[in-house]
Amino acid sequence: MKNKLLMKGNEAMAEAAIIAGCRCYFGYPITPQNEVPAYMSKRMPEVGGVFIQSESEISAINMVFGAAAVGARVMTSSSSPGISLKQEGLSYIAGAHLPCVIANVQRAGPGLGGIGPAQGDYFQAVKGGGHGDYHMIVLAPSSVQETADLTVEAFDLADIYRIAVMILSDAVVGQTSEPVVLPSPSSKVLPKKDWILTGAKDRPPRIIRSYFTNEKEIFQNNELLQQKYRRIKNEVTARCEEFMCDDAEVIITGYGTSGRLAKSVAVNLRKQNIKVGVLRPVFLWPFPEERFFYYSSKGKKFLVVEMSYGQMLEDVRLSVAEKTTVEFYGTSGGYLPDEDKIKDIVIRMVKNE
Amino acid sequence: MNKVFKKPDALTDKIFSYCSGCGHGIIHRLIAELLDEMDLTSKAIGVAPVGCAVTAYDFFKCDFCEAAHGRAAAVATGIKRAKPDAFVFAYQGDGDLAAIGLAETIHAANRGEQITVIFVNNSVYGMTGGQMAPTTLKDQKTTTTPLGRNVLTEGWPLKMAEIIATLEAPSYVVRCSVAGPKEILDARKHLKKAFRIQTEKKGYSFIEFLSMCPTNMGLSPLESLNWIKQNLTSYFPLGIYKDRYPEV
Repeated sequence: MKNKLLMKGNEAMAEAAIIAGCRCYFGYPITPQNEVPAYMSKRMPEVGGVFIQSESEISAINMVFGAAAVGARVMTSSSSPGISLKQEGLSYIAGAHLPCVIANVQRAGPGLGGIGPAQGDYFQAVKGGGHGDYHMIVLAPSSVQETADLTVEAFDLADIYRIAVMILSDAVVGQTSEPVVLPSPSSKVLPKKDWILTGAKDRPPRIIRSYFTNEKEIFQNNELLQQKYRRIKNEVTARCEEFMCDDAEVIITGYGTSGRLAKSVAVNLRKQNIKVGVLRPVFLWPFPEERFFYYSSKGKKFLVVEMSYGQMLEDVRLSVAEKTTVEFYGTSGGYLPDEDKIKDIVIRMVKNE
Repeated sequence: MNKVFKKPDALTDKIFSYCSGCGHGIIHRLIAELLDEMDLTSKAIGVAPVGCAVTAYDFFKCDFCEAAHGRAAAVATGIKRAKPDAFVFAYQGDGDLAAIGLAETIHAANRGEQITVIFVNNSVYGMTGGQMAPTTLKDQKTTTTPLGRNVLTEGWPLKMAEIIATLEAPSYVVRCSVAGPKEILDARKHLKKAFRIQTEKKGYSFIEFLSMCPTNMGLSPLESLNWIKQNLTSYFPLGIYKDRYPEV
């Protein structure tokens, strides 16, 4: 049996990346994700990998672009303002079909905001924060263990679909220390990287690009991207944690820290015999639409809780059956949602008030 | 009959998309000749800029990677660090390298990345139609400096070779020109040395080419050669600005 270690979410993410075979890390300091570059600067030399503290987040994401182009398992991490700077690079990475992993340990925005936990970057992560029609796969851990497990999975998903995978964490998940059993390396059989730049020896030259001089090629590349996104939606199960949803009258839904908070509220309310459940999306893109439709079509009401003013809310509304009651409670600026407020809203919803 | 001059093997058959009198074709040819001569084509990875040379990958028979505007040095860093046995060169214009990509340029040089950066300085933004570049000369007219570059409001042209030569890490920093046969032959020697610095694992090399853009200067190809010799070269003197390995 594997030992349990006490680790911060950010450290567990970094070690899990090493376990997953990540051998290139490029990043720039920003709170609350500084544990990731600090950990990588120590560990990468030990495993023969590359660590660079770049001159900016822009530079880091472009180093990721280069390393991915030659087939490395590569990642970068940052927090909200730094992730904004990476959007140009993420758009190019999408257009050039490059696999990589990006972690966003979210803090409060907009602007420089603050270093407290927030979830204001959902739209940016899930709807495509850069220019053009593209998606990333977006995973949302709510604990240190889940951060580690999802990080290993993220690298596989990136390589299978040649796509950027974002781990959408937040300051609570990243900074909290919890016991964690480090994951094992994946044994998944991955597609051969027969597209990477290795030097044109005994084969025609390869080009990694997102730029095309004629409309037909641009159109074709966009069609290729959309095919890929459809394939992901068909093949990848957009997982949720489902807690006591079957007999629930009201289902609280939230991701990451909000989802975890929702669960503790639900546990308390169940003690008062209030029929409440929790649906916590682990995948934000693709979004677990089907689970929301399933429960809503059984007449359950939803309360969406976010550390933002209603972003995932839009995807919940798009997923549920017609005439479903969807209420919202959100807060931001570094404050966690108030558990008592969530309780009050649930009780009111159960009573049909 | 003896063939004494031919297209380098490292160039594809695609006809250059550059304007007549443009310097890119000459610089492409020099690179290709050396890829042949030094047997580098099969291990080379070029990094293409955003600018007139955005589709440089169409013309070379080596692997190529795109970079966002100004980010070529960072992309080249990622490539070289992840694949140290590759021969990595970035090819960039003045807007790309000295304006939007200045941070990436300086920091890659300052880390002494084992790459070769090829900088084409023609004093204007070519692809977007002749706007002011960071290397546009004082009083030079462009579409965004219709009265000529006013150094009081637009600042002075950036001397990139000189700036990079102030850093500790770079091994070879040179400025040359493609405005005449003698200059081209000289430039070839410098480019070969810049390449050898990398193949012999001796660090970062930077080679600036003063080059012609007759289209955006409103000059004939011949006039633009003279303009470079008379004007551009006076402000941007040719020469070796740093050489840590004179023996190479």
